[in-house]
Amino acid sequence: MNIFSRIRRIPFWSWIWFILGALYFILPLYATVNFSLRMERGVIGFKAYAKAFEDPEFIRTFLYSNALALTTIIVSIILIVPTAYWIRLRLPEARRIVEFITLLPFVVPAIILVFGLIRIYSSPINIPFTDTTLLQPLTTFEVGTDILIVAGYVVLGLPYMYRSVDTGMRTVDVRTLTEAAQSLGASWFTIIVRVILPNIRAALLSGALLTFAIVVGEVTLASFLGVPAFGPYLFLLGQHRAYEPAALSFASFLLTWVVMGLIQLFTGGQEQIAGAH
Amino acid sequence: MTHLALKNVSKHFGDFTAVSDFNLDVKKGEFVSFLGPSGCGKTTTLRMIAGFEIPSSGSISIDGADITNKAPSQRNVGMVFQSYALFPNMTVAQNIGFGLRIRKEKEADVAERVKEMLSIIHLENKADSYPYQLSGGQMQRVALARALAIRPEVLLLDEPLSALDAKIRISLRAEIRSIQQKLGITAIYVTHDQEEALSLSDRIVVMRDGEMDQVGTPFQIYNFPTTVFVANFVGTLNNASAEVVDPAKGVISIDGVHFESAVDLKDRKKGDKVRVAIRPERFNFVSQEKKANIVDCKIENITFLGSIVRIQIMIGNSKFYMDTFNNPFLELPKIGDKDQVTCSREAVLVLDE
Amino acid sequence: MTQTALNSKVSLPASDWKKWIGVSPFFLFAILFLVLPSVRLFIGSFTDNEGQFTFANLLQLFQEKSILDAYWLSIRISAATAIGGGIFGFLLAYSVTVGGLPKPLRSALITFSGVASNFAGVPLAFAFIATLGRTGFVTALVENLFHVNLYKQTEFDLYSFWGLSLTYMYFQFPLMVLIMAPALDGLKREWREAAEILGASTVQYWLRVALPVLLPSILGSMILLFGNAFGAYATAYALTGGRLGIITIQIGAQIRGDVLHNPGLGYAMAMGMVIIMAISLVGYSWLQRKSERWLR
Repeated sequence: MNIFSRIRRIPFWSWIWFILGALYFILPLYATVNFSLRMERGVIGFKAYAKAFEDPEFIRTFLYSNALALTTIIVSIILIVPTAYWIRLRLPEARRIVEFITLLPFVVPAIILVFGLIRIYSSPINIPFTDTTLLQPLTTFEVGTDILIVAGYVVLGLPYMYRSVDTGMRTVDVRTLTEAAQSLGASWFTIIVRVILPNIRAALLSGALLTFAIVVGEVTLASFLGVPAFGPYLFLLGQHRAYEPAALSFASFLLTWVVMGLIQLFTGGQEQIAGAH
Repeated sequence: MTHLALKNVSKHFGDFTAVSDFNLDVKKGEFVSFLGPSGCGKTTTLRMIAGFEIPSSGSISIDGADITNKAPSQRNVGMVFQSYALFPNMTVAQNIGFGLRIRKEKEADVAERVKEMLSIIHLENKADSYPYQLSGGQMQRVALARALAIRPEVLLLDEPLSALDAKIRISLRAEIRSIQQKLGITAIYVTHDQEEALSLSDRIVVMRDGEMDQVGTPFQIYNFPTTVFVANFVGTLNNASAEVVDPAKGVISIDGVHFESAVDLKDRKKGDKVRVAIRPERFNFVSQEKKANIVDCKIENITFLGSIVRIQIMIGNSKFYMDTFNNPFLELPKIGDKDQVTCSREAVLVLDE
Repeated sequence: MTQTALNSKVSLPASDWKKWIGVSPFFLFAILFLVLPSVRLFIGSFTDNEGQFTFANLLQLFQEKSILDAYWLSIRISAATAIGGGIFGFLLAYSVTVGGLPKPLRSALITFSGVASNFAGVPLAFAFIATLGRTGFVTALVENLFHVNLYKQTEFDLYSFWGLSLTYMYFQFPLMVLIMAPALDGLKREWREAAEILGASTVQYWLRVALPVLLPSILGSMILLFGNAFGAYATAYALTGGRLGIITIQIGAQIRGDVLHNPGLGYAMAMGMVIIMAISLVGYSWLQRKSERWLR
C-alpha cells in the first residue's frame, strides 16, 4: 500500500490475460451451443438435443456408462478405504510402496494399460504351471470384459481416490478416533461404519465424483475392450451425424460442470485435479 | 537531537481510525518500543515509518528531511519481520548481501560487509546455508543482519521475537539490544509483550485504540503509570475503586479503609470517586518499624510462583495481591488468618475512575 | 489412558507378517490389473517372434522412421502445449492472485479451470471442430471480419500439429492455473516488503525473489503438463480420426491389428512411452519437493 500501489491504475495486463483466458474457455463452448441449436434450417431450437436424447442407443450406452461408473466407485471404495485405514493405523511402513503404486497410473497411461490388459487377459487363465484351463479369456465374454473395464477404471481413478481418502483420513486423524472409539468399547465394525466412514464422507464423495467424471465419458478403454459405453457411442455418432454430437458434447460439458460443482461443495472449495485425456 | 520525528500522524482505513494524532521525537541511537494490545495501532505506525502505509495526515521525517510520501525502497530504513521473511531461494550470505547488491555496491565490498554482519550475529559457519536449514532464532538473526547490512538510518522491528520459543526469545532479546547499542542505531520496536518492552527500551510508547496513552522510560512506565490502562497492561496490578477523603493530606478510602497517598490530590474534592492502584510487591506484613499505611486484612489464598509467593488478601471488600520474595525461612500466614499489611505512601497510585 | 494402550495391545495382530494381510487385497488387485499388464509389455519388448530373448526390438525402435516420427511429433506437441499452456496458465493464475483482479474473478477462474481441465476426449474434439473446423464458428468469424479463409489462405488445419496443440491447450492451461494459483498464494507479502525496503523495485523483486522461488514449481508443473499431453489418446483420436500419427495413436493401431507385423516392436514402443512418462513423473516430484521446501 505504498504510494505506487495507491495511485496504481487498473491492473491492465492482468485484465488482458484474464479476458484472453475467458475467451479461450468460452469460445469453443459458445461455438458448440450455437451449432447445436441450428439443426433446423433458419430456426434456433433444441431439436438436436431432443433427437440425441431420444435415441435408444444413447439411453442404453449412457445408462451402461453410469452403471460402470457406479461399480467402479464401489469397488474403489471397498479396495482403497480399508487399505488406507490399515496403513494409517498399523502399517505405516507400507505407505511408500502403496503411494508408489497409486502413482503408477500416471506413468502407465490408459492406452498402455489397455494394451497390457488385452495381452494378458485375451488368453485363457490356467492353473499355474499346467494346461488346465481355469477360466476362459476374460475378453471373450461379456462379464469378463465388464470385469476388465471396471478394473481398468479403478486403476485410472486410483491416484485421485487414494489421495482423496488418505487426505480425508489425515485431517480427521483416524488413529486417535479409532483409539477413542476402542476405549469406549466399540467393535471394529462399529468403528469403521459409525466412526470412520461418516468422518471421511466428504473425501469419499469427492473421490467418487472425480471417478465418475473420468469414467462416464471414457473412450480409450471402452473402445479397445469393445464395450457399449457412452464414449465410443459419441465418437461413432460423430462419424455420421453433425448436430447431435454437438448437443451431446455440450451436455457432457454441463455434466462435468455439475460434478466439479458438487466436488467444490463437498470439499469446501479445495481444488481437485484429475483427467483422463 | 531529534533523528526520527512523527508529527500529528493519523491513519484512517475507511471509517476506522487506526492511529490518531501520533507525535514522537526519537533521538539518534535511541531504542523506542511501541507497546500495546493487538489492534492498538502500533504496527500501523511502524508500517508508516517503513513506507508500507501512507499517513492520512501528518508527517514523518528523518534528520529533518520529510519522507512521508517516499517509497519504502527510497527511505533507507531496515526492517525485521515477525515471520523472518528471509528469501528462501538465497543462502544466508546472499540474503544479507541482497540490499547491497540492489544498491550496486562492489562485489568485494558486499562480501566484506556480509562477513562483518555474520560475525556480529555469530553465524559465520552458516554463510552458505539456506533459510530452511536454520532454526527460528538463527533465521531471525539473519533477518536482523540483512536489515542492518544496508546501514539504515532507522531499524524497525515488528514483533521479531513472537514466533520464537521462550528461552530463545530472552537470549535473542539481549543480543538485539547489545547489537543496537554497539552500532548506535536508532531502533523502533513493536511488541505486545511488556517484559520485552521494559527490558529492551530506552523509552516506551504505550498505545491504546490508536492513541498514545503514555510515553516514558521503562522506570516511569512501570512505577508511575498515568492511566489505569497503562497500569494494568504493564506488570501485575491491584486496583480498586475508592473515594477521596482528604484531598489536602492525600487520604483516600477503600471500603472504609483509609490509605495515604503521595499523589497530589489537590485537584480533587472530598467524595470524588477514584481508582487506586498498588503493585503487589509494594505490600509488606507489618513489622516493628512504623509505616504510613497500616491496614487490616484477611488472608484468602496463597500461590507459589517460584521466586515469589503471591498472597491474595482482602482489604475491606476489595481483593488485592501481595508479592513477597520466597526464601526457605519464610513464615507464611494461614488461609483465613487476620493480619495487617502496610505499604508506603508512594506505592498508592491514584488514577481517574 | 492405560486402558486404551492395553486394548490396542490386545487387538494388535500377533506377528509382523499378519499385519500385511490387511493390505493384501489391494496388492493382489494392483498385481493383477496394473503390474502384470505392465510386466507383460516389458517382457514382450525383449522377446522376438519365436519367444526368444532379444534386444532387437529396442534397437529397431531407433531405426524405424515411422516410430521415431511418432515419438518426435508427440514430444513436440506435448512440449508446445506444456510450455504454451504453462506460460499462459501462469499469467492467468498471476492475474487473479497477485495481479490485482477482483476476488470473484478468482473463484470463477478456479471453478472454470477445474471443469476445463477435466473436459477432454470426444466432446472436447467436437467442440473444437465446431469452433475451428472448416465451417467452425471462429473460422467463419475470421472470414467475415478479415476476409481471410483460414483453411484456403493460411496453412492452418485443425487436424494438424497446431490444431491438436490448440485443442490440448484447452485442458492444459487450466491445469496450470490450478497448480500455480496456490503456489502464487505461497509468496509471502513480507518477501515483497522486505525486498522493497532493502531498495528493490518491483521488477527486481520479481526477477530476484518471486520468479526464482516459483521456478521449481513452474518447471515441475510444465513437466506434469507434458506428461498429461503425452499420454493423451482420446482427444487426438476423436479429432483426427487417427490421421495424425502421434505415438498413442500408433500404439492404438498396433493394438487393433499388428500393423508393425512385429508384436515385440509394439511392446517396445509402449515401453518407450512408459519410460518417458516415468522420467517426467520423477522430474516433477523432484521439483515439487524442492518447491515445497521453499514455499512452506
